[in-house]
Amino acid sequence: MKILVAVKRVIDYNAKVRVKTDNTDVDLTNTKMAINPFCEIAVEEAVRLKESGTASETIAVSVGPKSCQEQIRTALALGMDRGIQIETEDSPESLSVAKLLAKVVAEEQPDLIIMGKQAIDSDNNQTGQMLAALSGIPQATFASEMKIEDGKAVVTREVDGGLQTVAIDLPAVVTTDLRLNEPRYASLPNIMKAKRKPLAVKTPDELGVEMKQHTKLLKVAPPAERQAGVMVNSIDELLEKLQSEAKVI
Amino acid sequence: MAILVIAEHDNRTLKGATLNTITAASQIGGDIHLLVAGNNCKGVAATAANIAGVSKVLLAEQSTYEHQLAENMAKLVLELGKDYSHIISPATSAGKNFMPRVAALLDVAQISDITAVISADTFERPIYAGNAVATVQSLDSIKVITVRSTGFDPAEENGSASIAEIGTAHDAGISTFVSEEVAESDRPELTAANIVISGGRGMGNGENFGLLENVADKLGAAVGASRAAVDAGFVPNDMQVGQTGKIVAPDLYIAVGISGAIQHLAGMKDSKIIVAINKDEEAPIFTVADYGLVADLFDVMPELQQKL
Ligand SMILES: Cc1cc2nc3c(=O)[nH]c(=O)nc-3n(C[C@H](O)[C@H](O)[C@H](O)COP(=O)(O)OP(=O)(O)OC[C@H]3O[C@@H](n4cnc5c(N)ncnc54)[C@H](O)[C@@H]3O)c2cc1C
Ligand SMILES: Nc1ncnc2c1ncn2[C@@H]1O[C@H](COP(=O)(O)O)[C@@H](O)[C@H]1O
Repeated sequence: MKILVAVKRVIDYNAKVRVKTDNTDVDLTNTKMAINPFCEIAVEEAVRLKESGTASETIAVSVGPKSCQEQIRTALALGMDRGIQIETEDSPESLSVAKLLAKVVAEEQPDLIIMGKQAIDSDNNQTGQMLAALSGIPQATFASEMKIEDGKAVVTREVDGGLQTVAIDLPAVVTTDLRLNEPRYASLPNIMKAKRKPLAVKTPDELGVEMKQHTKLLKVAPPAERQAGVMVNSIDELLEKLQSEAKVI
Repeated sequence: MAILVIAEHDNRTLKGATLNTITAASQIGGDIHLLVAGNNCKGVAATAANIAGVSKVLLAEQSTYEHQLAENMAKLVLELGKDYSHIISPATSAGKNFMPRVAALLDVAQISDITAVISADTFERPIYAGNAVATVQSLDSIKVITVRSTGFDPAEENGSASIAEIGTAHDAGISTFVSEEVAESDRPELTAANIVISGGRGMGNGENFGLLENVADKLGAAVGASRAAVDAGFVPNDMQVGQTGKIVAPDLYIAVGISGAIQHLAGMKDSKIIVAINKDEEAPIFTVADYGLVADLFDVMPELQQKL
C-alpha cells in the first residue's frame, strides 16, 4: 500500500517563543525550526510500515514556502521515498492546507494518510480531520496504537476518558499521538542519500485550489505573567500558607 | 442569530465542560440550542434542559451516535447546523475529533480552543503552547468554534428548556467502534476538580503515585501527571496534563517531582495557586509556583498526608 505523510515546518519545541513588540505575530527570525514532533511520529510510523512490508511507497508532503523543503528532506532522511512541496506563503490556514492535501490525495490515491494530531505552533488540531472530511474518508485521531488488517486500520485512540479502539475502512486519515512510537534519528549516510531522493514542487494553481482567507489575525500578545512566589521551608509552613494566606484548603 | 452547542457526555452524565461552553455561547449572545447526540441518553437531555441560557435541547438518540464516531457526528451536526450563526463544542477529545469535519464540509475555518469572546466574530486563543495569545477574527458566515473550558465559568443549572427529538440516523458506514478502556476512579475528574495533585518522572514508578493518591483523597483532589510519567508507564494517558494532554485550572495545583517544561506549564499555568515540590531548586516549575518547597518528595509527601 501507499502512504502519504503530511509534515509541517514549525518552531523547534525547545526554542523560546518571542512575541513581536508591535503585537502583530510571533517573531521567528533566527529561531531554530524543525519538523513538528507529531509529524515526526507520523513519518516514523510510515517508515516502519514500509520496513515491515506492509507499505510499498511512502510520500512526504509539506505546504509552505521553499524553506519547508528542509523538513521534507528530513523526512526523506528518516526513510520516506519521495517528497512533494506545495508552494504557498507562510502560515497557510488549516482549511487551505486540507484542500491542497485533498488534491494530492486525489492524484496519488494513497491507502493511508498519516498526520500529526496537532502542530505545536498553531495548536489547531484540525487539519487531519478536515482532510478526511474533504476526501470523504474516515479518520482515527490521537492514535497511540495502529494495525492494518483486512483492508482496515484498527486504531487505539487516546481520549479524555481513557482509550478507545475503532476500525476504519481504508483509505483513511490517522493522526498521531505522542505514544504511537519513538522516532529514530537520521544517520549521516541517510541524510546524504536523502539529497538525491525526488522532491516535486507544485502550486495551488496547478492543483486547482483557491487560497481563500477565512480568518484574520488581529493581534498576538504575550500571555499574562505569573507573579513569582515564595519559597517555604517545611510542610508545616506550606500548610499554614495554603490555609491562612491562599485559603485554598 | 442562534447558536448550536454540542453537549459533552458519556450517555449517562452530562460533562462539566458543557456548562463552560454554554457560558462562552452566552457571551456571544443569541438563542442557544444544545444538541445531545448519543444513545439511551434521555437522562443527559433532562439535565441539559436545566442549564441556564439554553432555550431548546435537541435530543438525537441513535445507536450510530453512541460512541460519537466523528464520521456520523459530523453528518448530524452538518444537517442541523446550517441555519445557525455559530456551532460550538467543548474542546474535549470528542469535540476536537468531529468539529473540524463539520467546518471543512461547511467550507469554513475552525477557531480552536478559544479562551475569551471579544465579540460575535472575534475570539482569543492561546497558540505556541500558551506562550502567546492570538486575537482572531472569523470572516465566515458560520463560525465553528471549540471552547477551552478553563477560560469560562460554568453556567448555572436553574433553567428550563424544552426538549425536541431529532429523528434522523446518520451512519457514514466507514468506521466502527471496537472497544474502550475507560479509567474508573472515585476521585473527581481532572478537568473539573478544584484541587489537582500531579506527579512527574520524579515519582520513580507507578506504585509511588499512591503517595499522591493518599493526599488527593484527603483533599478531595484529582490526580494528574506529566508526560514523562505517562510515557514511563507509571500512570494511564488520560492523566496527562499539558499542551497535548488535558488543560486544567483548579484553585490549587500541586506539582510533585515535575520539572516544569513549557509543554507541561501550558496545561496548568492558569491555576489559581500553584505549589511545587521538587528536590532541584533550579527546576523551572518554581518560576510559576506561588509556593515552592525544595525537598525530596519521598520525605515530605507522607508528612503532608499525615498533617492534613
Ligand atoms: C510535542 C511535545 C508535546 C509535549 N506535551 C506534553 C504535555 O502535554 N504534558 C507534559 O507534561 N509534557 C509534555 N511534553 C514533554 C515535556 O517536554 C517534558 O519532557 C515533560 O513534561 C517532563 O516531565 P517531568 O517534569 O515529569 O520529567 P523531568 O523533566 O525528568 O523532571 C523530573 C523532575 O523530578 C524531580 N525529582 C526527581 N526525583 C525527585 C524526588 N525524589 N523528590 C523531588 N523531586 C524529584 C527532578 O528534580 C526533576 O525536576 C511534550 C513534549 C513534546 C515534544
Ligand atoms: N503547512 C502544512 N504542511 C503540511 N502538513 C501540515 C501543514 N499544516 C498542518 N499539517 C498537518 O496537519 C497536522 C495538524 O496540524 P494542525 O491542524 O495545524 O494542528 C500536522 O501535524 C501536519 O501533519
